Amino acid sequence: MLDRMQRLRRGALTGVGAAAAIVLLASCGATGPDNEQNSLHPAGSADHTIMNLFTPFFWIAVVIGVAVLAMTVFVALRFRAKPGDDREPVQVHGNTVLEISWTIVPALLLAIMAVPTVATIFSLAKIPTGPNVVHVHVDARQWFWQYEYTDKGTDFYTANELHIPVGQPIVLTLTSSNVIHSFWVPELAGKKDVVPGHPNTLTIEADKPGTYLGQCAQYCGISHANMRLRVIAQSKADYDTWVAQQQTQLSAAKVTQFTTQISNQWGCLSCHSVTNLASNIGVTIGPNLTHVGDREAFAGDIYPMTLTNLTKWVYDAPGRKPHGDLVGWMPDFSSRGMTMTQAQQIAKFLLCETATDPNSHPECR
Amino acid sequence: MTTVEDASALFQAPVKRSILDRPRATTGAWSWVTTVDHKKIAIMYGTTAMFFFLVGGIEALMLRIQLAQPNGTFLSAARYNEFFTMHGTTMIFLMGMPLAAAFGNYFIPLMIGARDVAFPRLNMFGFWVFLFGGIFLYSSFVLGGAPDGGWFGYAPLTSTPLSQGFLPGRGADFWAVGLIMLGIGSVATAINFIVTALNMRAPGMTMMKMPVFVWMMIVVAFLTLFAMPPLTAALIQVFMDRNFHTNFFNAAAGGDPLLYQNLFWIFGHPEVYILILPGMAMVSEILPVFSRKPLFGYSVVVFSGIAIGLLGWGVWAHHMFVSGIGPVAQAAFSLSTMLIAIPTGVKIFNWLATVWGGKVRLATPMLFALGFIAQFTIGGLSGVMNSIVPSDTQQNDTYFVVAHFHYVLFGGLVFAIFGAIYYWFPKISGKMLSEYMGKWNFWLMVVGFNLTFFPMHFLGFEGEPRRTYTYPSGMGWGTLNLMSTIGAFIIAVSVLVFLVNVIFTIRRGELAPEDPWDARTLEWLTSSPPPPYNFAEVPIVEARDEFWHRKYTEDDEGRLVKLAPSAASTIPARRDPNEPHHIHMPSPSYWPFVLALGLPIMGYGFVFKLYWLIGIGALITFFGLNALTTEPATEESH
Amino acid sequence: MAQTVVATSETDPVVPHTPQPLQTNTGVSNNKLAIWLFISSESLFFGAFIATYFLYRGRDAQFLKGPTPSSTLNIPFTSVTSFVLLMSSLTMVLALAAIRRGDHRRFRIWILATAIFGMTFISGQVYEFTEFYREGVHLGTNLFGTTFFVLTGLHGAHVTIGIVWLLTLYGRSMQGKLGTDKSEAVEIAGLYWHFVDVVWIFIFTAVYLIPQH
Repeated sequence: MLDRMQRLRRGALTGVGAAAAIVLLASCGATGPDNEQNSLHPAGSADHTIMNLFTPFFWIAVVIGVAVLAMTVFVALRFRAKPGDDREPVQVHGNTVLEISWTIVPALLLAIMAVPTVATIFSLAKIPTGPNVVHVHVDARQWFWQYEYTDKGTDFYTANELHIPVGQPIVLTLTSSNVIHSFWVPELAGKKDVVPGHPNTLTIEADKPGTYLGQCAQYCGISHANMRLRVIAQSKADYDTWVAQQQTQLSAAKVTQFTTQISNQWGCLSCHSVTNLASNIGVTIGPNLTHVGDREAFAGDIYPMTLTNLTKWVYDAPGRKPHGDLVGWMPDFSSRGMTMTQAQQIAKFLLCETATDPNSHPECR
Repeated sequence: MTTVEDASALFQAPVKRSILDRPRATTGAWSWVTTVDHKKIAIMYGTTAMFFFLVGGIEALMLRIQLAQPNGTFLSAARYNEFFTMHGTTMIFLMGMPLAAAFGNYFIPLMIGARDVAFPRLNMFGFWVFLFGGIFLYSSFVLGGAPDGGWFGYAPLTSTPLSQGFLPGRGADFWAVGLIMLGIGSVATAINFIVTALNMRAPGMTMMKMPVFVWMMIVVAFLTLFAMPPLTAALIQVFMDRNFHTNFFNAAAGGDPLLYQNLFWIFGHPEVYILILPGMAMVSEILPVFSRKPLFGYSVVVFSGIAIGLLGWGVWAHHMFVSGIGPVAQAAFSLSTMLIAIPTGVKIFNWLATVWGGKVRLATPMLFALGFIAQFTIGGLSGVMNSIVPSDTQQNDTYFVVAHFHYVLFGGLVFAIFGAIYYWFPKISGKMLSEYMGKWNFWLMVVGFNLTFFPMHFLGFEGEPRRTYTYPSGMGWGTLNLMSTIGAFIIAVSVLVFLVNVIFTIRRGELAPEDPWDARTLEWLTSSPPPPYNFAEVPIVEARDEFWHRKYTEDDEGRLVKLAPSAASTIPARRDPNEPHHIHMPSPSYWPFVLALGLPIMGYGFVFKLYWLIGIGALITFFGLNALTTEPATEESH
Repeated sequence: MAQTVVATSETDPVVPHTPQPLQTNTGVSNNKLAIWLFISSESLFFGAFIATYFLYRGRDAQFLKGPTPSSTLNIPFTSVTSFVLLMSSLTMVLALAAIRRGDHRRFRIWILATAIFGMTFISGQVYEFTEFYREGVHLGTNLFGTTFFVLTGLHGAHVTIGIVWLLTLYGRSMQGKLGTDKSEAVEIAGLYWHFVDVVWIFIFTAVYLIPQH
């Protein structure tokens, strides 16, 4: 017969156990959601390598964790003082054999883990060379990513959306001239910090076409959460097409139209550029706008590329993405007299006139 | 001609006292401001730290409300960034370290049979610096913006001058100056603890007869002594870059942001051992008492603690694995980090072996100690996973790391602290906290804590970075974040239960029995609470767990045999603290307060570039120091 | 001032209330142990700044260029002030010896000399700093300006605090409040003063003497 306290305790333990099970199951859910940013869904050679190391070690940790948890519960219950039990326990002070064993065994286990770890560290650190390698210079800003494709025959700038050919290593040179950021696309590779004064290198390679999301992973100021990015891996043919499209400059008429009708009034070209070749690049304070209409998202890859979003952005960017007191950030044009109609006209230009295929946007038809 | 009676009347005439005279009160509010009694100081440290725990906890709840759903709008980005910065800063510098100082203060002297710490007024100074530092940091909320560069404040985000606006407001100045101030207090207390423990042990108490608690506090004090200077240096460099356009971290001039990281983490890693070792110390005291067996492998536990303290200096760059330090450094620090798991694991096994074969009483302190073992282990395992560099390149700066350190610092340290509070409450106040409410406190906290932080392991794997004020919908992170927020509120309820328990007990609780837990160490050989002088006669120590050995001996099989009560094992009766005694204790003083007051005044001067204010603060500090060092430690009051 | 916690028994009211210095487990007095611990902590503080100096030396050539140590520093001049500081450690030792043997007049002479030597050193620093400033080396000029001024400035601040400390002891001695029984206070001030001197030897070597390529 269980008294009230015992029943309460059993109920509590069962409840806790059930809760734990629910938490565990909910947390596990196989390998988590397919959100294109899930490091447990490797889609690139580096992340495959990491997962090969991670998976066994994860399970070892789980086994040890469960064992220690079970042992803790066990010793607590098994040696519980029973009411009426007067015997006192033997006053054991220690045991040398045990001490040596539980020092050596963990040490051996760690030593075994250390070997593949060190090997993987060095293999991941190798920077690939050869004609197959694509080189991109990533410059981290507040709060977006600028890319300069630097291989001979490319030499153009773009932002936030990084296109790569499948099955080829992409060597990213990471630089920043403001604060520390971190470039991270979980499904392709681990992250690498972008440190002012310390150019770092990160190699990514996708094994199948697809979209892989990422974001800045080092606190870099007020809109750190809004510094996202996407990598679009394409077949070689599609990638080459994309490169050609990026290198196709806007017509002189369009550039003039933008300059006279938009930039002269609002000052866009003092931060942005509508030319993107290394040879004719304009100001690079803000993201390059030459083919902005081709991108799936903008403003640090946080807003899908639609006319409405672009309009609201042009109208009042600080209201859409906090910038704090950062000097020289995009102004709130609505407070400078821009009307919604004007904003929409500018947005329409950016969406439709810079897009390679304007018909890809319903708002442009 | 005066008679003898007249003469004696003259001698008994009351001496006129002015406000500048040495304070004398031992009770009443003013006595708390001027006390130099380590026990009173400990209580002040403890209650102030628990207050900051609540503040930090509320900040956490705010963060969790904001993150409960994608695209949350509860907190603006600026506010969120201030709150996560202050949450971390508060929990580490205004809760964790001061609570260790509180318990160390109360129990180091008692456990070694001393009457006070080596430097009672320096002790008080340390407390005032802590309180003023906390007030100084929080005043920033209304004086131009709270710190919002993260508790770690990486340069160049924090070191770029205000004019560039990398961070809104002058929070980073408050942060740098505030932490320097708190560091001064920490170093003062560290020196005090080391000198006390090394120099003031009772006759017969060799180092290896000291309780593990005292050993761990010595290690913590040495770590503090050596970890604070690199931090102070880094903070000065940040402050100089921000305000005087120096180039320490200005990459355009050749400055290196990684210098900041190296200096910060050379502090930062020992800092986490400064935080956790007191928790391990408390658990090492609680488990034996509630298992009625000595700590298994005392020497091994002590040496493991020392090993952790030493090895902790060799792992700092594991916080920098993705900074671009190169594969050789990555490999070296990966190995050194794995190495430190060994003494940590050894301690865990020794704790389990302590409970094994014992006569276990699952009172609230024991529940928290057991919770510590399980949860700290989980945190330690995720730590080992972080030491695997390739995995860390995915895990670093994600919620996986948030899960890891909350498991060791909350599931570990905070659980140990709660256990210690329940364990030592009767000693400090003479009253027992309610066991019924204690158990509710514990179970709610276990459920809430695990519900909050376990899902974060998976959020990290699934791509959610840290320090982000919001996240988009469609990432599949919403459910786990919501679970985590619910867990946070369950923690809040558990803390509420604790507060009710404390208030209820203080107001109404019955007086506790003298030796409520049948404990082992010398602090229990005093009344509850102890008199101001702790021990009427300084005890002569013959064994480890001296008090226990005055109550029990062992038969041939090693089983306990209860001894007849003797004068040596009798706990003195409670006394009125105002009752006169002939033991000279250091006298109260208000100079520690004055000395400490100079620091925040200088602090404000530095933050707002008011050089005259710095001057005034310096003068006050000098004046206070001069007065403090010229007044005698003990002043006759009759 | 010795620590005076007295372990008289409350059961024996006849025992007189004469304070006795505490017998410490280590044999070292509380105050002396404390100052050694403080000095060890401060060593790491200066170590961090000296390390920073070494990390950044020579780097200006690749970045802002600007004034270099070899074009700015006046080694003969600073050698003289360094020598003065070194001599101040000697006078400090003499001051301690004097108070220990009860010669308070000599003590005051030597401790005042120590303070004056310290002030001479600081004056030299101030002169040096103003000269450099006039030559265009400021805190923010380049890495040399930054690291030099902050490192030597912090050291100078420590010396200044030391000078105030010494003058305070001098003043107390004049008031008759610094008897031979309080000589440990002088020893402790001496330890701090010697520490500050040793730190200068490291700084002087690192900044002035080790040649840059």
